[in-house]
Amino acid sequence: MKLTETLTDLANPTRFLALTARILPWLAGATAILLAIGLYQSAMAPDDYQQGATVKIMFIHVPNAWLSMFVWSVMSVAALGTLVWRHPLADVAAKAAAPIGAAFTFLALVTGSLWGRPMWGTYWEWDARLTSVLILFLMYLGLMALWRAVEDPSRAARAAAVLTLVGAINIPIIKFSVDWWNTLHQPASVIRMGGSTLDKAFLWPLLVMAIAFSLLFVTLHLAAMRNEILRRRVRNLQMMQANQQAA
Amino acid sequence: MSALAALIRRDIRIALRVGGGALIGVLFFLTVTVLMPFAVGPDLALLSRLGPAILWLGALLASLLTLDRLFTADHEDGSLDLIVMSRTPLELACAAKALAHWLAAGLPLIIATPVLGLLLNLDGTATLAVAATLLAGTPALTFTGMIGAALAVTLHRGGLLLAVLVLPLSIPVLIFGVAASQAAISGPLPFGTPFSILCALSLASLVIGPFAAAASLRHGLD
Repeated sequence: MKLTETLTDLANPTRFLALTARILPWLAGATAILLAIGLYQSAMAPDDYQQGATVKIMFIHVPNAWLSMFVWSVMSVAALGTLVWRHPLADVAAKAAAPIGAAFTFLALVTGSLWGRPMWGTYWEWDARLTSVLILFLMYLGLMALWRAVEDPSRAARAAAVLTLVGAINIPIIKFSVDWWNTLHQPASVIRMGGSTLDKAFLWPLLVMAIAFSLLFVTLHLAAMRNEILRRRVRNLQMMQANQQAA
Repeated sequence: MSALAALIRRDIRIALRVGGGALIGVLFFLTVTVLMPFAVGPDLALLSRLGPAILWLGALLASLLTLDRLFTADHEDGSLDLIVMSRTPLELACAAKALAHWLAAGLPLIIATPVLGLLLNLDGTATLAVAATLLAGTPALTFTGMIGAALAVTLHRGGLLLAVLVLPLSIPVLIFGVAASQAAISGPLPFGTPFSILCALSLASLVIGPFAAAASLRHGLD
């Protein structure tokens, strides 16, 4: 009951703006501190006995890859919010998340490719995990193109919501691609049955970085949502002005 | 039921008659296939190795080309609004329209495959394998493409946007279609494994496509 009340409260954009204005500085501060701790710990982490110093790419690559999937999941929930509950902020959330998710996916691809060059001997391999993440990146770009193709935001929102839900099929495929197709990319090693196979010296910095990146996403997302709300207000004011001048 | 049959009959008739444009897809398929030897050189051994991939790419692009027509014409003359308002469930109507589109635009591509296989120096088994994989895979292209067509028609944007939305969704079909054809020709994988995944993709899109297309038509048309 409490949750639905909070969500209904947030449906008022003015209340949302007021609330986020108060919590955004704290979020940004927490993100900066955690990122600093995580980067320091990653720098201090020992070299891997096989991979040497290149293992440190992992501390950037893995959080980016996790978030690339997490952001699409957030957008899928927002898409349900648009289509089922008609929550007024759901499409704002979906629209604001797409470029951020695309950026995380792009970074995951780039860092993975830089890591793959010394380890696998190639920047790119048409492996199942890599291909499915590349498809995710293309779908982020298609979704952004869809948002840009239509002037009326509420119309674009419903179309984008349908596409987001269809694209959500890709998320479990990415997650399990390393188990279904036994190819170059290593299988899951952090979250798995029977405990993590990662050594503690690597696990802690990775977890701190993962939390820091998640907070970074929340901060950027809330800030982008604020921008989007303000942008729509500006648009409405401009339309009103144009109408008045025409009349 | 008879309403759906009437819808299928009507769509096929419109597609096959003058101005329908279903057979343009086959012509496009032929042109793309003929272009390939100019790009990679007329080396017959190389062409027969690339043949399945060329045929699959050609079929994919040809089916994308005709997808635009799935809802646009009906939207322009208003019959799409009647279909949305009718008592037949919109999901079934969408499925019927996609089926009609596949019969008019997809099936000719498969019939044309043996002829085009000759141009690419494919032997009998290879041609048969490509035709079989196209038969199993093109429904998936039509039914996932229908989602993009429905989105594009509600936004009054076709063309490039449709391609950008649909092509990423069709990558899995392309992967397993070509993999199954290659498996039949040169191995080492058995033909059945990728082929059954291809059939699974088609069946899944048969379920998801109509629902997603109907949802976007319902929310998008005003």
